[in-house]
Amino acid sequence: MAVPKVCGIETEYGVQHVGGDQNPVASSSMLVNAYVSDLAQAGWDFEDEAPGNDARGFAREGSMPPEIETHLVNAVLTNGARYYVDHAHPEMSTPECADALEAVLYDKAGEIVLMRSMAAAKRMLPDGQAIVVYKNNSDRKGNSYGTHENYLMDRAVPFSRIAHLVTPHFVTRQIYTGAGKVGTETPTIGGRSVPYQLSQRSEFFEEEIGLETTLKRPIVNTRDEPHADPQRYRRLHVIVGDANLAEVATFLKIGATSLVLALIEDDGFDGVDLTLANPVQAIRLVSYDTTLSTPLEMADGTSCTALELQWELFSLARKYADDRGLECLGDEAVGRDVLERWESVLHGLETDPANVSRQVDWVAKLQLIEGYQDRHNLDWDDHRLAALDLQYHDLRPERSLFARLDTEHLVSEQDVLSAVTEPPRRTRAYFRGQCLKRWASSVASANWDSIVFDLGTDPLRRVPMMDPLRGTAEHTEELLKASSSPADLLTRLSA
Amino acid sequence: MAEREQKRRPAPSTRQEEAPEEAPQASEAGERLKSELDDLLDEIDEVLEENAEEFVRNYVQKGGE
Repeated sequence: MAVPKVCGIETEYGVQHVGGDQNPVASSSMLVNAYVSDLAQAGWDFEDEAPGNDARGFAREGSMPPEIETHLVNAVLTNGARYYVDHAHPEMSTPECADALEAVLYDKAGEIVLMRSMAAAKRMLPDGQAIVVYKNNSDRKGNSYGTHENYLMDRAVPFSRIAHLVTPHFVTRQIYTGAGKVGTETPTIGGRSVPYQLSQRSEFFEEEIGLETTLKRPIVNTRDEPHADPQRYRRLHVIVGDANLAEVATFLKIGATSLVLALIEDDGFDGVDLTLANPVQAIRLVSYDTTLSTPLEMADGTSCTALELQWELFSLARKYADDRGLECLGDEAVGRDVLERWESVLHGLETDPANVSRQVDWVAKLQLIEGYQDRHNLDWDDHRLAALDLQYHDLRPERSLFARLDTEHLVSEQDVLSAVTEPPRRTRAYFRGQCLKRWASSVASANWDSIVFDLGTDPLRRVPMMDPLRGTAEHTEELLKASSSPADLLTRLSA
Repeated sequence: MAEREQKRRPAPSTRQEEAPEEAPQASEAGERLKSELDDLLDEIDEVLEENAEEFVRNYVQKGGE
């Protein structure tokens, strides 16, 4: 039986120092430290601690030091998220979420944290300077940074089977998960002209499968760091997706993928073979074609468009839901909503992509760009179109083009604001977040699979959290409420 | 493989295709959409980075994961 699809999204953000020299590591560090510092000033119980793997990040009351300790800047937040500097980008890793809707919520909460970080950093910088953050995946010069997804899977399923069966989905889901891009950054297949692509990321993928994440990127990533009991669980690490701003796009990215993985775990493919002859070529061909009609060569010699292939996956998923229910998606109602929206978006794309401009980023962006093009009579190579592409992803509310669009929202502003500080209730993020809320000054470090307390006595006390489905509110809320101190908590835990 | 009707695809565009006969409601909706898009484009003209070429050229990132 498929294990519950606990999931999460890690987003590397683009970063720009406006009015200053570019130093992305320093800028990224400043964003994280400014945010954490603001929290400290809001009355958190921080102490002056050493930097490094400190769970609370590098925080000092008062002004920022001129030379910021930049390596290993890392903060774990009270909502269970991890906010840190990785490869010269600020990175936000959502807490473990129980379902696709919760993933949307915490993804949006992560954007709020970045917005607040920008505001906090601006207050510390001289007039006219600012650090600006972009939720996208490339700089149009051949440099790409990722938006990764993580899915909990049953370790018993052979990895080769996962890779084989999920590849067609990864190649084709960009018809609704693509964030759109003006032009291309790599040589196109056959040297063809591509004025607009579905995906920001697709053209950076050069291998079918592999361990790399920064070059020769593989469609299926073999990283095996479960951060959980490795006998029972696998964490599938997915690097092939775009950063999404449209909530329905994020919802389907996580939800449809969770369903496909459940199909794989529970042998739900019913003998249907969707193997592509050349996935690396196909992922680009799909991205190049906004008409969604390019036939992709299948391993069995037939051909199929990306839309048709997604319809096949959807049909299999619907049958799976009818046969087995959708408990593994974390919530039956959320699972049903994934199916309904998946069907509705595929149908919309099939009749006229403009139908899904409120749900799908590449469509919303294209509509904007074409409208602008018409108004000013511009060619595709006009810099203003590239500027629109980039500014779509600017996270500043006053500059973001996405923020000006009327798109469909799945989560309320109020819920998003709560999710900035409150952890999910149905995964181990709950225990992590609550411990940080209550006893941050006693937490020596908080990791995905453990939390280490410093009670002031030797040795440090480590609480393992090897099951993403334990440490939930149901398991620990009463225990936490009854514990008057971390020492008390630890005593009760060992009882 | 399930048979799906191959629909003739529109040109790579989200532009509204002109229908030969438009019902009154459809053209009203079309007008409203066009007017909303116009308002949006007005706004964008105001907030779009002034020197587009420089803005796009200066946006350089380190490769990430």
